[in-house]
Amino acid sequence: MQELVRALDLRPRRTWRGTKNMIMTVLLGGSVVVVAVPLVLVMVSVFAKGGSILFAHFPKFLTADIPPTRVAGPGMGPAIVGTLMITGMATLIAVPLGVMGAIYLHEYGGQSKFARLVRFMAMVMTGVPSIVMGLFIYVVWTLNFKLQGFGGALALACLMLPIVINASEQMLKLVPHSLREASYALGATKARTVLTIVLPAASSGIVSGSLLAVARAAGETAPLLFTIGATRVLNTSLFHGDDTALSARIFENAKEAVANAQERGWGAALALVLLTFTLTVIARVITAFATRRK
Amino acid sequence: MVVDSAKTPAPTVAKPVVRTNAPSVPEMRPSMVDALMAAPTVYEISNLDVFYGAYKAVRGVNMTIRKNQITAFIGPSGCGKTTVLRCLNRMNDLIPGARIEGSVMYHGVDLYAPDVSATEVRRRIGMVFQKPNPFPKSIYDNIAYGPRINGISDKRRLDEIVEKSLRSAALWDEVKDRLKSSALGMSGGQQQRLCIARTIAVEPEVVLMDEPCSALDPIATARVEDLMRELKEKYTIVIVTHNMQQAARTSDCTAFYTAELDKAGQRFGQLVEFDITAKIFSNPSDIRTENYITGRFG
Repeated sequence: MQELVRALDLRPRRTWRGTKNMIMTVLLGGSVVVVAVPLVLVMVSVFAKGGSILFAHFPKFLTADIPPTRVAGPGMGPAIVGTLMITGMATLIAVPLGVMGAIYLHEYGGQSKFARLVRFMAMVMTGVPSIVMGLFIYVVWTLNFKLQGFGGALALACLMLPIVINASEQMLKLVPHSLREASYALGATKARTVLTIVLPAASSGIVSGSLLAVARAAGETAPLLFTIGATRVLNTSLFHGDDTALSARIFENAKEAVANAQERGWGAALALVLLTFTLTVIARVITAFATRRK
Repeated sequence: MVVDSAKTPAPTVAKPVVRTNAPSVPEMRPSMVDALMAAPTVYEISNLDVFYGAYKAVRGVNMTIRKNQITAFIGPSGCGKTTVLRCLNRMNDLIPGARIEGSVMYHGVDLYAPDVSATEVRRRIGMVFQKPNPFPKSIYDNIAYGPRINGISDKRRLDEIVEKSLRSAALWDEVKDRLKSSALGMSGGQQQRLCIARTIAVEPEVVLMDEPCSALDPIATARVEDLMRELKEKYTIVIVTHNMQQAARTSDCTAFYTAELDKAGQRFGQLVEFDITAKIFSNPSDIRTENYITGRFG
């Protein structure tokens, strides 16, 4: 009887499979570390170098006018206002257009030639370098209307548009077909179905996709270089006179061989990181909130 | 009432067999047959072929669906039951490449005539789907969606409709205290009854049901079946089901479909036999029906 029962040994065995498992675990864990190092270093250096001026002069750093390059001291107010206004205007242009475009592509255009062309162009445009967007707006807008914040907003909108279109179309794709059928079966028209069933169901994804596009645009420098000009005082109009933005200020200050300017540049960098971080957190919270309800 | 034999191969004569697991059905009395046949016609389907692109999925369906009756479609998977059902309120229009030949007359009007709007058709002919598909909205808003489409915005009117529909679907007592909570938090059986309530909230003339109980447990199924029997007093019901017992229990007439291979080797669905349920389950005319309901096939 005894020999019929295998010895009951439940301890882990040393096998080749176990060894492979360990090697792969170490490799994967190692790549996480390698990926994380530059990210952490960037954050650490931005906080270390920008933190001193930002937090030492809080909140004056965020509100005061920008001093002349060689003068020490705080002040990024015009740049923060500029970034918020220019990005805000770009959002007002790009998000409604992008969402409506995505609705057309997914709900109406389908696989028609025109829809496929637009979809393809949107995909290609996501890969176009942002400086090309800046040049394009410089030629068609800035040369005709002088340097102004609105030109920058247009350039950023060009940059955001394909991102919003692609993200929104993906979100519309995720809305189950059964919901559309349920609506049609009650005698709803297509427009009604899209507006009252499909869009609300996709809204959380569209909102977070759009906010990510906003965060991306807020950090862009190249499209603003030829379009908004430069100023050190507050300009609350997008349509009159030179404007400025955080990203443009980082560029301006960092290229100066003056410690005062460079310190202000780091401060601006930290302010920008915090701004985009806030936007990203908002995007995540909205997504999490909306998916929890489902 | 046997199907046009020009379209289907001549049926072999059914020999009497001892049925072991055939569903029990009520005895068929001549008076009952007369009563069923006397009901006014709702749908007259003639020579219906359904295409998906170049593929002819369903061929040569002829049948009559009568008022205030439950008509069941049975048959194995891929035999075209659902496809035919979705022609009855033009849901197939939503599938790219789908089209029909032949005609579907609804109270004498060709549903596929060029001047007929699919949206108007669907306002009169509701549909309940295989998987419960409540909108991601509150229970109240789910029911009120249809009436709102029809332009009813008066709060008291909507309240009445919501209560009445939920009562008809035997759901009111379970949900009356949480009308504002999300419909997605309900159980599967409740969701399906909500979908039925949502369909009858627009007071359709016909309710089409595509395997409404396939995702439900036996208790929820029994409730939906009770509900169907009550609803047929007011509505005409067409139900697709895989469950022969369900067809036998609930329906007045039954259509049996099968999938066949044509000469080119392409699979297609066809209607084999359409008759009073009691006859289909006790004395079918076609051997294929006999084999199916006795469990020798499918």
